[in-house]
Amino acid sequence: MAGRAQPLSAFSGVSAALLVAALILGTLGAVAFRAEAGTGLAASDWAALQFTLTQACLSALLSVGLAVPVARALARQRFPGRTLLVALLGAPFILPVIVAILGLLAVFGRAGWLSGLLGLFGLEPVQIYGLHGVVLAHVFFNLPLATRLFLQGWQEIPAERFRQAAQLDAGPLAMWRLLEGPMLRRVAPGALAVVFAISLSSFAVALTLGGGPRATTIELAIYQAFRFDFDLGRAALLSGMQLLLTGAAALVALRVSSGEGFGAGLDRAVRRWDGQGALARSMDCFWIVLSGAFLLLPLAAIVLAGLPGAASLNASVWQAAGNSILVAALSTAILLMLALPMAAAVAAGRSGVTELSGILGLAASPLVIGTGLFILIYPIADPFALALPVTALVNAVMALPFAMRILVPRARDVLRRYGRLSLSLDMQGWAFVRRVYLPRMRAQTGFAAGLAAALSMGDLGVVALFADPEFATLPLQIYRLMGAYRMEAAAGAALVLLMLSMGVFWILDRGGRWHAEA
Amino acid sequence: MKHLAFAAGLLGASAAFAETSELIVYTYDSFVSDWGPGPAVEKAFEEVCGCDLKLVGTGDGAALLARVKLEGERSDADVVLGLDTNLTAAAKETGLFADHSVSADFALPVEWNDATFVPYDWGYFAFVHNADAAAPADFRALAASDQKIVIQDPRSSTPGLGLLLWVKAAYGDEAPEIWRGLSDNVVTVTKGWSEAYGMFLEGEADMVLSYTTSPAYHLIAEEDSSKAAAAFDEGHYMQVEVAGKLAASDQPELADQFLAFMVSDAFQSIIPTTNWMYPAVTPAAGLPEGFGTLIAPEKSLLLDETEAADVREAALGEWLDALSH
Repeated sequence: MAGRAQPLSAFSGVSAALLVAALILGTLGAVAFRAEAGTGLAASDWAALQFTLTQACLSALLSVGLAVPVARALARQRFPGRTLLVALLGAPFILPVIVAILGLLAVFGRAGWLSGLLGLFGLEPVQIYGLHGVVLAHVFFNLPLATRLFLQGWQEIPAERFRQAAQLDAGPLAMWRLLEGPMLRRVAPGALAVVFAISLSSFAVALTLGGGPRATTIELAIYQAFRFDFDLGRAALLSGMQLLLTGAAALVALRVSSGEGFGAGLDRAVRRWDGQGALARSMDCFWIVLSGAFLLLPLAAIVLAGLPGAASLNASVWQAAGNSILVAALSTAILLMLALPMAAAVAAGRSGVTELSGILGLAASPLVIGTGLFILIYPIADPFALALPVTALVNAVMALPFAMRILVPRARDVLRRYGRLSLSLDMQGWAFVRRVYLPRMRAQTGFAAGLAAALSMGDLGVVALFADPEFATLPLQIYRLMGAYRMEAAAGAALVLLMLSMGVFWILDRGGRWHAEA
Repeated sequence: MKHLAFAAGLLGASAAFAETSELIVYTYDSFVSDWGPGPAVEKAFEEVCGCDLKLVGTGDGAALLARVKLEGERSDADVVLGLDTNLTAAAKETGLFADHSVSADFALPVEWNDATFVPYDWGYFAFVHNADAAAPADFRALAASDQKIVIQDPRSSTPGLGLLLWVKAAYGDEAPEIWRGLSDNVVTVTKGWSEAYGMFLEGEADMVLSYTTSPAYHLIAEEDSSKAAAAFDEGHYMQVEVAGKLAASDQPELADQFLAFMVSDAFQSIIPTTNWMYPAVTPAAGLPEGFGTLIAPEKSLLLDETEAADVREAALGEWLDALSH
C-alpha cells in the first residue's frame, strides 16, 4: 500500500512511535550507561533464557489455540448473559499477579476446590506446581485477551458478508474458507506475538507456580542483577535480550500476518445465520461452558475471599483507589494520543517501525524502565513529585501493544475503503480524522481504552519504584496490606480493585460499541 | 502531619519563625504503610525535633540499598533505615555512610559494636505452622518428613536470603546436602514474603518461612492462637535491622538526633506491634503481652557482615544447584 496517496499523513503516528521507542530504548541505555564493568551473562542466564522461551511458546500456542473455538462460539451464539460474560472475560488480565495467583490456587491448588472434588472420589490432589502450572496461569491471563481479539476480528466482518453467505447457503466449510479462515490468518499472528511477549516478561507467576528456581525467567534474572548483585550492566544486557526476542517474534508475526480485510459495510447490526445446527450449537456450548468455568471460578474465589474484608476497609484503601482511578484516566488519555495516530500511520503504510515500537512495551522490563527513568529524571527533578505522570506514561506504553492489535486492523479497513473516496472529495487531514477515521474507530477505541484503563488500574510495575508514601495506588496498597499480615483486608481491597477495573473496562468498551450486536 | 510539625515549630521557643527543617529518611515500604511503624514514629519524632520528618518507602531492604547506590552522593536522604546485616557490608563499601555516636543498652542476643549502623529491631527467622500440627525439630527432620514448605527466592527477597544464610551458618559445607534433602519438601519458591505467607494461609503448604514473631501478630491483632513457629535445635538465624546516616546529609545534627531517638523508649515501644519484630532496646513497659508465648531459640545464629557478604554468592550457587534437579 505504501506510496499510494492517503487522506492521512503518517507524520504524527511515526512521531508517536519514535517517542515510545525513545522512552524504552532510552531508559535501557540510561541503565547500561550507569553500569560499571559487570560480570556479563552467566550459565544460569542461558538456562533462564531456555525456560523463558519454552513456557512463553507453550503459553502463546495454548492461549491462542483455545481462544479460536471460544471466540467462534461467542461470535455466533446469542444467549442471555453473553454481554456480561464477554465483559467478565476481561477480568483475569488486569488483576495484580498475586491476587490472580491466590485465586487460581483456590481452585487448582493443593487445598483447592478441584483437589477437594477429586478427594471425594478418593483421587490425589492436583499438582499445580511446575511448567504446566506456569502455562495454566498464563492461559488464565491471556486466553481472555486472545478471545477478545478474535471476537473483534469476527465483528469486523461486515454484516452484509454474513447475509450474503446465508443467501448463498454457505455450509460450515465454505464459511471457514471465505470468512473465518482469512480473518484468523489476519488476527492470529499478532495475538500469538502479544501473548508470547507477555509470557516472556512474566516472573512472579513463573516463580510462584513454577515450583522453584528451575522456573527462572529472564525477568527474574534482571531482578537478581538489580537486587542481589547490583550489576546494572547485566540487567541492561538481559533486558536488551528480552527486547530482541520480543522484537523478533513481532517481526515474524507481522510478516505472516497478511490477507486483505473484508471491506467496509454499512455498520448494520451483525446477524448470524450459521452455526445454528444442533452439532454446532452443542460444540459452542461446550467451549463457552468450559472457558467460562476456567476463567470465572478463580474470579469467584477472589470475590468470596474478598467479601468479609471489603466491609471494613479503611480510608487509605479508598484513597489509593482514587489514585488508581486518576492514574488510569491519565494513562488512557496518553494511550489514545499515542495509539490512534500510530494505528493510522500503520494503516497508511508506515507499518515497520511503528508496529515494532508499539510492541516493545511488552518486552520492556518495568524494573529497567523505572530505574532508567529514575536515572534520567533524578538530576533534573524530584522523582517522587513525578510519580503520577511517570506511572501513567509507562502504563500507557505497556498497554500500547494491545491497543495496536485492536486498532490496526480496523484502521486498515477504514483507510482502504474510504481513502480514495475522501481524497476525491478533497477531505484530508483533520477533516478526515474527525468525520471518517474517529467515528469508524469508535468501537475499537472504546475497547482499547477500556483495556488500557483496566490494565493501568491493576499495574504494579513502576509505581513501586517511584511511590511516595502519600501516593499509593490500589495494587501497591494491596501488597502493603499483605506485607502487614492484613490478608483479609488485602483480599477486600483486591475485590474493590476487581470491581473498579471491570467497571471502567465495561463503561469504556460499552461506550464505544454503538452498533451493539448483542 | 505537616501542620503538626508546623505547630510544633511555632511552639518551639527559639525556632519560632525559622523555616522548619526537613529530615528525609529512606526506608522499606512496609515501614511507612498505615499499619507499619511509620505514622506513629513520625508523630513521636516531630513532637520532639521541631522538624518535618519525611519517611520515604522504596520496596524492601535490598531495593533500598539499590536506591541509595543509584542516587549516590546527591541523595536527598539523610538517614537510611531498614538495611540488615546481610546488606551492611555492601552499604559500607559505597562509602556513603557516616559513623554514628549512639550508645544504648541493646537487648540483642549478639554483641553490637558497629560504628556505622545502629540497630532498631531484630527477629529470628522460623518456619511458621498451624499450632495443632506437629513440627520437625531441625532441618534434617524437616528434610526427612513429608511436610511441605513455601520459601522465598533469595534473589528477590530478604527472608529468602536469610534462609540461605541460616542453612549456611548452621551447616557450613554440609549446606548443599541439607538443601538436596529439603528439595522435595519445597512446594514452591515465591518472589517475596507476602506471596509465601498468603499461600500458607490458603493451605498450600504445612509451613512457611517467616519469623518467630509472626504468631504474635495473629495472637495480638486477631486473637487467634492457631499459628506457631517451629523451634529448631540447630538455632535460628537472626535478622538485625539497622539504620545509618548518610555522609552527604544536609541535616547531620537532625540525623544524629533521629538515630538517638530511634533507640529511645518512644520509638522502641512502637516496634513490637507494628513491625512485629523484637525492639533493639527493651521498652520500659516491657514487651507486649503475647510476646511471652513465642518460642525463644536457645541458639542465635548470625554471620557477621563480612562473612555474610563472602558466602552469599557461593550459597546461592549451592541452593540453585540443589533445587534445580
